[in-house]
Amino acid sequence: MHEVKSIESIQSTNDFVIKFANVNGSGSASANQMFAKAMFRMGIPVSPKNIFPSNIQGLPTWFEVRVNEKGYLGSRGGVDIAVAMNPQSYSKDVDEILPGGYLLYDSTWKRNFNRKDITVIEIPLTQLCVEAFKNPKQRPLFKNIAYVGALSVLLDIEYEVLKNIISEQFVKKPALIEPNLKALDLGRNYVLENLPYPLGITVSRADKLEDKILISGNEAAGLGAVYGGATFCSWYPITPSTSLAEGYEKYAKKFRIENNTGKNLYASVQAEDELAAIGMAIGANWNGARGFTATSGPGISLMSEFLGLAYFAEIPLVLFNVQRGGPSTGMPTRTQQSDVLACAYASHGDTKHVVLFPSDPKECFDFSAQAFDLADQLQTPIFVVSDLDMGMNDWVCDKFKWDDEYKYNRGKVLNKDDLDEIENFGRYLDVDNDGICYRTYPGTHPEKGAFFTRGTSHDEYARYTEDGEVNAATLSRLMKKFRTASELVPEPVIEINGEDSCGVIFYGSTSPAVHEAKDILKEKEINIDLMQIRSFPFNLDVWEFIANHDRIYVVEQNRDSQMRTLIMAEGGISPEILRPLVHFTGDPIQASYIVNKISEREVNYKSHINAKKR
Amino acid sequence: MSFKKPINHHPKLETNKLGLTRRDYEGAVSTLCAGCGHDSISAAIIESCFKLNIEAYKVAKLSGIGCSSKAPAYFLEQSHGFNSVHGRMPSVATGANCANRDLMYLGVSGDGDSASIGLGQFVHAIRRQVDMVYFVENNGTYGLTKGQFSATNDLESKNKYGEDNLFKPIDLATMAIQLGATYVARSFSGDRDQLVPLIMGAMQHKGFALLDIISPCVTFNNHDSSTKSYDYIRDHNEAVGKTDFVPLGEEISTSYKEGSSTEISLHDGSKLALEKTDANFDPRDAGKALNFIREKEEEGKVLTGLLYINDLAKDLNETLNVTQTPLSQLQQDVLCPGSEILDEINQSLS
Repeated sequence: MHEVKSIESIQSTNDFVIKFANVNGSGSASANQMFAKAMFRMGIPVSPKNIFPSNIQGLPTWFEVRVNEKGYLGSRGGVDIAVAMNPQSYSKDVDEILPGGYLLYDSTWKRNFNRKDITVIEIPLTQLCVEAFKNPKQRPLFKNIAYVGALSVLLDIEYEVLKNIISEQFVKKPALIEPNLKALDLGRNYVLENLPYPLGITVSRADKLEDKILISGNEAAGLGAVYGGATFCSWYPITPSTSLAEGYEKYAKKFRIENNTGKNLYASVQAEDELAAIGMAIGANWNGARGFTATSGPGISLMSEFLGLAYFAEIPLVLFNVQRGGPSTGMPTRTQQSDVLACAYASHGDTKHVVLFPSDPKECFDFSAQAFDLADQLQTPIFVVSDLDMGMNDWVCDKFKWDDEYKYNRGKVLNKDDLDEIENFGRYLDVDNDGICYRTYPGTHPEKGAFFTRGTSHDEYARYTEDGEVNAATLSRLMKKFRTASELVPEPVIEINGEDSCGVIFYGSTSPAVHEAKDILKEKEINIDLMQIRSFPFNLDVWEFIANHDRIYVVEQNRDSQMRTLIMAEGGISPEILRPLVHFTGDPIQASYIVNKISEREVNYKSHINAKKR
Repeated sequence: MSFKKPINHHPKLETNKLGLTRRDYEGAVSTLCAGCGHDSISAAIIESCFKLNIEAYKVAKLSGIGCSSKAPAYFLEQSHGFNSVHGRMPSVATGANCANRDLMYLGVSGDGDSASIGLGQFVHAIRRQVDMVYFVENNGTYGLTKGQFSATNDLESKNKYGEDNLFKPIDLATMAIQLGATYVARSFSGDRDQLVPLIMGAMQHKGFALLDIISPCVTFNNHDSSTKSYDYIRDHNEAVGKTDFVPLGEEISTSYKEGSSTEISLHDGSKLALEKTDANFDPRDAGKALNFIREKEEEGKVLTGLLYINDLAKDLNETLNVTQTPLSQLQQDVLCPGSEILDEINQSLS
């Protein structure tokens, strides 16, 4: 180890960013996740982010972990410790290290990195593994575990915690526990015997995560669909939504098996394309099952025709959109929030859709389950829109809760007895004057309740009509239904932080960065009021918050400030009040970025006001 | 517009075992052109349902877009219908079928709907073995948009205005056999005696049944230079034999020439009896069936009748190991794992 005394090394406990640079397909993911899990198990808030190429093998991939005892878990920027395992990306990886930071690399092949302001930690990982393991295929995998072992000494990670994680991970392949522990010790012992330890950066048990779990939004949403009673899933593989359908299948395989027959109480079909995926989900919902599909931006474009049909024919549907970088094929493995308008107004003609915006895996679970009730209640597609950052990365969030007293709301569905009582069934009769009509499932009654579902213009009895007045009445009723929807969807979360504050509107995965920015701004004596939008259509609380602020920053991860456009269009809000604060590089937004943008403009604003006063 | 038919019945109309008349299986008044083959197919569907004593409310009718896809409004008034989007009926039928395996699914499509825009969905519904009867009301033309060629129109068949067709046709029946459809028949809307038993057989078959029915378009593709006209098909139609549908518990009453008849048991125990015109043809042998279709095509004939059947295949719900109870009827008590299990899941995630 070359200690460079001229620069002061970073000193901190439970507050740092470590970035692992690996080669895609080299088996590093599980070792890196093991590291993140160890932080979690020690009760230290942690946010691992997988930064990966659209590639299976060979290209550089990174795993960035922010450890922060205060619970600030948005992307931070800068790297305190780099674990550089990929010579291909050495120069970029070394450049990112903050002055005083640390670099750990595989010194089997020695390098001179030309940075005098960092501490370079040399461990001959490949050499150690070649000597310790006979199977050449296993060596690169164990190299990953070995650097976790080395880090455990360098950062003072509890050994027992790591051992437990390994035992749990290989509970079904116990033969692998011993060699993994051996690899862990290989790294540990090398440091113990050859290097000074610990580093200036260390971890220490914090117990901040008692009621928390660590899970990805996609897995959470898949589980939510199981809890919400979804029996049908049709999907087409697309990054970053694939793991949502897989999450559903994983939990359905466990909890949806019929007791005495072993048969499945669900069906999941991998469709031939996104059009078929949504078509199947619509067919299942039409026929009385709760069905969903999961996709990402390109899939939304492909599904648009069917979305108009489901909207106009009033068929329930749940659609998850895990957003990625657009437009077009865009950046499939990077994150954005650029499908807001594409979802809200999907399909040709006058259409508007209900959209839910979860901001963490807990809300992915909750909104996923709730979406099936909303779809049945409102008889329309319900979008649950998350993004790659929240969907594919493990996030710390509150534990899931379920109220066993809660009963599914299947909406206005007439059964055989109901139909016997009814003289005059019309599928699109607005009997209750809320825009929502009564439906029947096929096969309900021998003589009553059948109707013809169609995407063509139709009257209250589902008969084809070309009468423009009748069609206009249908479109108007659908707007009435949309207003009803605004009372049923999740309300915004509002936080008022003092008089004369500016407002900040945000949604989805920007939440951690926004909350951190709020605290930093407060130190600079800039108070911001927050409104986390959780759904569209917007309800009265949203309009009230906007009415109570003369300037509001709308934080979002797209170029065109799409949520701002939606708010302006739907509420007739002046563009001067809503100020875009956008970030669209495909990397998660950082608190520092928000702080800079807001403080710069608030300072301008205040000097402008003061000048006026003078 | 759709017009309801008056419901007055003649008191002496024949009734089936459910006490229903053929009129009870009808739908709204057709708005298709007078003489359209599609109306004859609707009538054959009505006849088949009447004869099979089908409860209409246990049938779901699905279609795409086009003249053919309007047809489900004109039969089985008591069935739920779903006129979906162009070429996408197979996916809607697939989802519907998974949601409730107790209903019978009739998909009605056309050559534009299935051989062009919806070819992918057509192929994959077969590949998955969705348990349904899939009607292609095949007229070789786009009727609703006034007579463009469709992908099933024969190369030598000109359009109404005398223009040449530039591309070879797609034969959906041949394709279906190659893809593993388990019941494939071709027929002609003008041959009710052939069509009705084939529909009845398809309805009692478990798995994907394709009925490729040549159904002339009287307005745009019934001229002398068309190979999908009434006259052309009457002249060039060659049946693989005569097919009779024998209901469950009844004996075959027709007498066949020895060696020429084949009996095929269907899923519910009913049978199809086939009197073959050619001893070499065997509808259980996909290879022979394909060769026979090709031979006849080379002779300038359109081979009709039951072309292929395989009564042993698994349907989609069996492949997916889906419960016998329709998914749509499962209640919260079996669907929701509840709070205790959620606590265990929380535990495993911490």
